[in-house]
Amino acid sequence: MKALWGEMNGRGRVVLAVAVLLLLLAPTVATRYLVSVLTLIFYFVYVGQAWNLMMGYAGQLSLGHALYVGVGGYVSAALWVHFGIGPWLGVFPAVLLAASFGAAIGWLGFRFGIEGVYFALLTIAFAEFTRIGFDHIDVVGGAGGLFIPYEEARLGEWWNLRGGQLFFYYLAFGLAAIAVLVTALLARSRLGYQWRAVREDEAAARALGIDAFRAKMKAILISSAMTAVGGVFYAFYYNSLFPAQMFEMSRSIELILGPIVGGLGTVFGPVIGAFLLTPLGEILIGVTEALGINAPGAKAVFFGLTLMVIIYLVPTGVWPWLSKTLGLTGRRS
Amino acid sequence: MTALLVVEGVGKRFRGLTAVDRVSFTLAAGEIFAVIGPNGAGKTTLFNMIAGVLKPNDGAISFCGERIDGLTPDAVCRRGIGRTFQIVRPFPGLSVEDNVLIGALLHRKDMAAARRCARDVLGRLDLYDKRGVQAASLTLPDRKRLELARALATDPKLLLLDEVMAGLRPTETDRMVEILKTLNRETGVSILLIEHVMRAVMALAGHMLVLHHGAPIASGKPEEVVRDPAVITSYLGQETVI
Amino acid sequence: MLAIYLNVVVQGVLTGLLYGLMALGLSAIFGVVRVVNFAHGEFAVVAMYAAFVLFRVYGIDPMWAMLPIAVAFFVIGYALQHTVIDAFVGRPDHEQFILLVGLAIVITNGLLLVFGPDAQPANLPYAFDSVMVGPLIIDEVRVYAAVAALAVCAALFAFFRFTRTGTAIRACADNLVGAAVVGLNVRRLYALTFGLGLACVGAAGALMITIADAVPSLGPAYTLLAFTIVIVGGLGSMTGALVGGLLIGVSEALAGFLVAPSMKSMFSFALLIAVLVLRPQGLLGKKPA
Repeated sequence: MKALWGEMNGRGRVVLAVAVLLLLLAPTVATRYLVSVLTLIFYFVYVGQAWNLMMGYAGQLSLGHALYVGVGGYVSAALWVHFGIGPWLGVFPAVLLAASFGAAIGWLGFRFGIEGVYFALLTIAFAEFTRIGFDHIDVVGGAGGLFIPYEEARLGEWWNLRGGQLFFYYLAFGLAAIAVLVTALLARSRLGYQWRAVREDEAAARALGIDAFRAKMKAILISSAMTAVGGVFYAFYYNSLFPAQMFEMSRSIELILGPIVGGLGTVFGPVIGAFLLTPLGEILIGVTEALGINAPGAKAVFFGLTLMVIIYLVPTGVWPWLSKTLGLTGRRS
Repeated sequence: MTALLVVEGVGKRFRGLTAVDRVSFTLAAGEIFAVIGPNGAGKTTLFNMIAGVLKPNDGAISFCGERIDGLTPDAVCRRGIGRTFQIVRPFPGLSVEDNVLIGALLHRKDMAAARRCARDVLGRLDLYDKRGVQAASLTLPDRKRLELARALATDPKLLLLDEVMAGLRPTETDRMVEILKTLNRETGVSILLIEHVMRAVMALAGHMLVLHHGAPIASGKPEEVVRDPAVITSYLGQETVI
Repeated sequence: MLAIYLNVVVQGVLTGLLYGLMALGLSAIFGVVRVVNFAHGEFAVVAMYAAFVLFRVYGIDPMWAMLPIAVAFFVIGYALQHTVIDAFVGRPDHEQFILLVGLAIVITNGLLLVFGPDAQPANLPYAFDSVMVGPLIIDEVRVYAAVAALAVCAALFAFFRFTRTGTAIRACADNLVGAAVVGLNVRRLYALTFGLGLACVGAAGALMITIADAVPSLGPAYTLLAFTIVIVGGLGSMTGALVGGLLIGVSEALAGFLVAPSMKSMFSFALLIAVLVLRPQGLLGKKPA
């Protein structure tokens, strides 16, 4: 908590406390729809934060994070469907497998000096490779998908992630809160500074005794493991998994937009990003429907345009600008 | 005096081109040692071999009695050798203090202790008042001192300084000389300099080595070396510099 | 038996030439402007639809439609670089990435709005004609398309090799500061390059409609395909893009034939991973200094 507190000044702390309180109380007044939108926002805060650790702090551009979501989701769901192993236990092998993928990609990329766009392509290649692979793995339903059956009797088994909307709301809130806390802690840790050094200038970082390879490996391991937990949540929230849906590049892109728009390498950037983009998507659906443009794609066109405008106007993200304008961080004397 | 750094018959070739040819010298603990020579003499290559950036083709480099040639740059630094770059490369997006903090974290697990160390070093190098500034916005002399500060914060036994005077005005050079002298006297850190600015070399170095086309052509005390005919014709030129 | 394999390989080579032309555009843009065009495949699909409309509505054969489409794409590329992308040159990868991904999303969904999600075949009258060469049965359209692709590539090679402007562009790619110092208008040359890159993809897309149906969702797949080819062939190497295209074309054709059509791109990605790890500069790329 102290690390998080330290991010802000007095005014910022008040705003943060009020926001947390409001979100905790929101389900008592909000409609079911609003609660589901907020749940989705929390989910994107969580996975966005996981990606932010790797890109925002350690400077390693991954465009294949859907891989870890997919692996995490599929492993936990398959264990539950086929062996009745609950996600509270299944999350461990899920995280382990996703982190092994992360380790493999990291090792190949970092050992052989693959950087920047090339590294990003390596991550895409792995995600796409896995997507097509899953299309052909029959145990998990292949391209037809894997479904977690709805069982009335199991409702309320919260430890097996069988609950209603309200349960998932607080679960997602908890995950998001933990992710923010973890980021705040790591950002102020020794590792966090090593990451920044590697991000800014790898040769200079090594000249200061930092083992850049190890620092980057830690980044991808932590990030992939965290993302996999998001995948477990996703699987049990939506109850259906398709390779095309889980691993597609657009899923990777979707989860990195929040941190970039909100502000990379900041603790609250991914939070702001998710709170901006997810509702924007929802509003666009509403507006296009109200205008009578019922065609698929209308919403996404505006979404794409918005992205272009945001990155054109505030390339470093909304949070640095917002916090400065509102005076939420930094000392005021 | 005990030997801190021993360089023995070190050579480096790039695709047949000999950049450094069997160079040997010994740097004693607490000493300031300068390597001079015209552009392309192989000074930076020699430096990069000591710092672990390049692996020598032959010869051996020992530091504190341990072989360090062929180690990675970070391993070399962890053994107690700090360095600056010829073209400065501070972490541009970070504050001056965080730049130095990263150096201080090498041997300090505790954040508060590392921050104290960083501020202490910044104070020594006249950068304390600029600690909150983004490194990218510093002037060149400030950046040079920031690099030095960052390297110092790793608690090195030996500092490798690659042309820290280049691009500085005479007054700034004098200030840098003064800083290095004070550091050497107060902390006992040894310094290996690559330098073109003879004024600084003469004021600082206890020993020096002259490289020409990768090979050593003279070594000894600065006053003697600058009178060496071979050095004058190949490097210093006809008119006396000092 | 051998004849079947030969047929598959020839098929792959012919398709690969089209892929190569598409990748050539990407390679030129990345090699010179240093901007990652993440909307590359989407542009190819726009060209497919353009050729589709020109054929269906005006009866213009895609082989001819390729020319006006390429010219139009050149203009679009020039304008795009000049107005929007220029501000992003030299900025961090992820910022360029977001800009172009935004553009890609707009294009794909714009097509979805206008043409709907269903595949649109061009139904060329000679689509099923084929020629027999010894034991080989070759689709005529593929031959025409491949020859046209080769012609465009040759024109581009000649432009870069023999014209003043082409030489100037290569100078920009080699040494930006040097190019600016000798007084080259780098901004204009960048816009030209982006225009040429899009002209390539425009021509490639127009030809692609002869062998594939137009679907909006093809965009991201083609973007990935173009990147795979460029990395495999070697970034900044124009011959590399062509060779990469052939290689991917053949490997896809063989994998589709021997394993399963749905798994064919898995082999491309495996090839990409192998090249990235074993020879990051690509098969024909120069080793970085």
